[in-house]
Amino acid sequence: MSAPTVYLDHAATTPMLPAAIEAMTAHLAEVGNPSSLHASGRHARRVVEESRETIAQALNCRPAEVVFTSGGTDADNLALKGIFWSRRAADPRRTRILASTIEHHAVLDPLDWLAEHEGADVELIPVDDRARLDVDALRAAVERDPDSVALISVMWANNEVGTLQPVEDVVAVAAPHGIPVHTDAVQAVGAVPVDFAASGVDALTLTGHKLGGPYGVGALLVRREVEVTPISHGGGQERDIRSGTLDTPGIAALAAAVELSVKEQPVHAARVAALRDDLVRRVIEQVPDAHLHGALLDSGELRRLPGNAHLGFPDCEGDSLLMLLDARGIECSTGSACSAGVPQPSHVLLAMGCTDEAARHSLRFTLGHTSTAADVDAVVREIAAVVERARGARASS
Amino acid sequence: MKVLAAMSGGVDSAVAAARAAEAGHDVTGIHLALSRNPKSYRSGARGCCTIEDSNDARRAADVIGIPFYVWDLSERFHEDVVEDFMDEYAAGRTPNPCLRCNEKIKFAAVLERALALGFDAVATGHYARLRAGADGLVEMHRAVDHGKDQSYVLGVLDQHQLAHSLFPLGDTPKESVRAEAAERGLLVADKPDSHDICFVADGDNAGWLREKLGDRAPNDGGDIVDDSTGEVLGRHDGTYGFTIGQRKGLRIGRPAPDGKPRFVLDIEPVTGTVTVGPRERLAVERLSAIRPRWCGTVPRRLEGTVQLRAHGGEHRAVVTAEETAALRDGSSLASSGTISIELLDPAYGIAPGQAAVLYDGTRVVGSATISATA
Repeated sequence: MSAPTVYLDHAATTPMLPAAIEAMTAHLAEVGNPSSLHASGRHARRVVEESRETIAQALNCRPAEVVFTSGGTDADNLALKGIFWSRRAADPRRTRILASTIEHHAVLDPLDWLAEHEGADVELIPVDDRARLDVDALRAAVERDPDSVALISVMWANNEVGTLQPVEDVVAVAAPHGIPVHTDAVQAVGAVPVDFAASGVDALTLTGHKLGGPYGVGALLVRREVEVTPISHGGGQERDIRSGTLDTPGIAALAAAVELSVKEQPVHAARVAALRDDLVRRVIEQVPDAHLHGALLDSGELRRLPGNAHLGFPDCEGDSLLMLLDARGIECSTGSACSAGVPQPSHVLLAMGCTDEAARHSLRFTLGHTSTAADVDAVVREIAAVVERARGARASS
Repeated sequence: MKVLAAMSGGVDSAVAAARAAEAGHDVTGIHLALSRNPKSYRSGARGCCTIEDSNDARRAADVIGIPFYVWDLSERFHEDVVEDFMDEYAAGRTPNPCLRCNEKIKFAAVLERALALGFDAVATGHYARLRAGADGLVEMHRAVDHGKDQSYVLGVLDQHQLAHSLFPLGDTPKESVRAEAAERGLLVADKPDSHDICFVADGDNAGWLREKLGDRAPNDGGDIVDDSTGEVLGRHDGTYGFTIGQRKGLRIGRPAPDGKPRFVLDIEPVTGTVTVGPRERLAVERLSAIRPRWCGTVPRRLEGTVQLRAHGGEHRAVVTAEETAALRDGSSLASSGTISIELLDPAYGIAPGQAAVLYDGTRVVGSATISATA
């Protein structure tokens, strides 16, 4: 293919920032286990601890509150299982876990597992038709029996439709009862302002490859006062909460990416949101019955991730659209990727009240730090013909 | 041409896709997801519906260097193939779900979607040959490798479907295809062939039907009756466990008086009666068949051969329109919904529901579903 790829799937993974690549490659060539006591080990440990301090400073937490993990799924599992177990151990009445219906599978599936194997009573709190948590429903669920709630988990921003969640309201509901709050913020860090201390949450998940860092490394920010039972056992490298030899190059690159993406967040968000708004407006001009899913475009108040455009195209299959755009060098997503590659209607769209049918005719374009106006132009140029063709395919089968 | 290659994860469809790409076509690979819950279908390397098969297909597409997607056809497959399979057994017939899948899924739902998306043809790893006929139509012939020939399960395809199909393996013996796969670096080169029915996980059709049919089963058992004496020889726990011509698994304690083996002669789904008798009572010399489908021009009558099972032999046959009151005058195959097949050498163990595929030499003329035997 001669034309450059138009990559509009930054919510799946975004290219590494040059500063992160530099940090990673610099340390790949060095030897030293951060747990070793000799000079090489001390050097590696210093890199890890400086990285921890960098991340702590960028996200306003204490360095000791940064627990490195292998990524978002690892951090979510650690937070949910680890906090559930420690809370229940302290008081056996605490068997309830409250979460939103639109969490990522890295949250929903551990909760299913806890329900099935650990007797957890998981309650999923509904969202409105823009995918924003129903705080009143959460409050009612808590107040029904606050002493039985082990923890609450609500994502900072939804990965599919981009809606920001009322995390501070969640904290306000939980705090009077001393209930810990976890938030999966993998989509949020670097995209919207994230201040761990000010947010009042007790645990926060982030991952490298969503913010310009490497794959396979992430962190759980977890308040020092919060007890977390480990889910895997070994050397106890990270506060005895998580074991495993620390990935010095990955951690250095993660820190470089967090530092830079957080620093540039205001400029980045404004630029990407302008491109996104342009994309949404012009796609709807081309395909008049296309419609935006999730929160309205921002007008003053921040309501959705700046790079997210999640659009419904009635009367066609998202699969067909994706394949036709891919053939034209435009890469996007129909929703959460699935291991078997079998598309299922998105649980997020279903939770927002979409029909099964509507959930299948959607495409997610997500812009990021490498996106340009030319990317938007390419989508606008192709979308009408692609939708028309996909509609034909739908009508014929 | 823009070609959509249906890739099951097996060696044949992988080589077919590679050949199509090498021939200069713009090929896109797709794997058909036929089950909503892949774990419930056959596990291991023998079926065509598992996550493992999907991954094998994806890796083959990587090696060939073509784009690859998974298409979810699970709902259509369930409605058109699995439900039909159950309905047919519930009615005491013996369906062939592979033909049904080709007719309704691979060369219908998939082909039509492909054409609408801008593709010109669908390529599969079936062993059959296509060539241009004298009348300008596309003819389908048996594969060079008669042992692997799959024209029988393609006998339901009409001219429109054939005109948009590619069977790149039809002129090659299976063993050469395996060798070629290895040469091309396709890791599925030594993957075992698939057999049986892809959605019956362990090959136990009767067990699968017992579980799935549940309340829909026409009966939960009945008598096994001797054809000549009317004597009840035993009991069975559901007619769907039987097919006409079946010899094994009858579990009749006593041998027949003449010491010869007994076969299923008839299945009565309402009463649950299974009639058994000697092999000669299975001989069939005349068939009626419904829902005829023609690959090209419809002959007025046909003197050719007919194949009655996927791996069955050929029988010389004369095929004519079945005379009905409405069609008495000038009835021809073209206008008839029922065809009559006279077998010049008798066939044994022929069950209603099976497909009769009609040949003129190596050329497939058409097919129909057997409705009655005599």
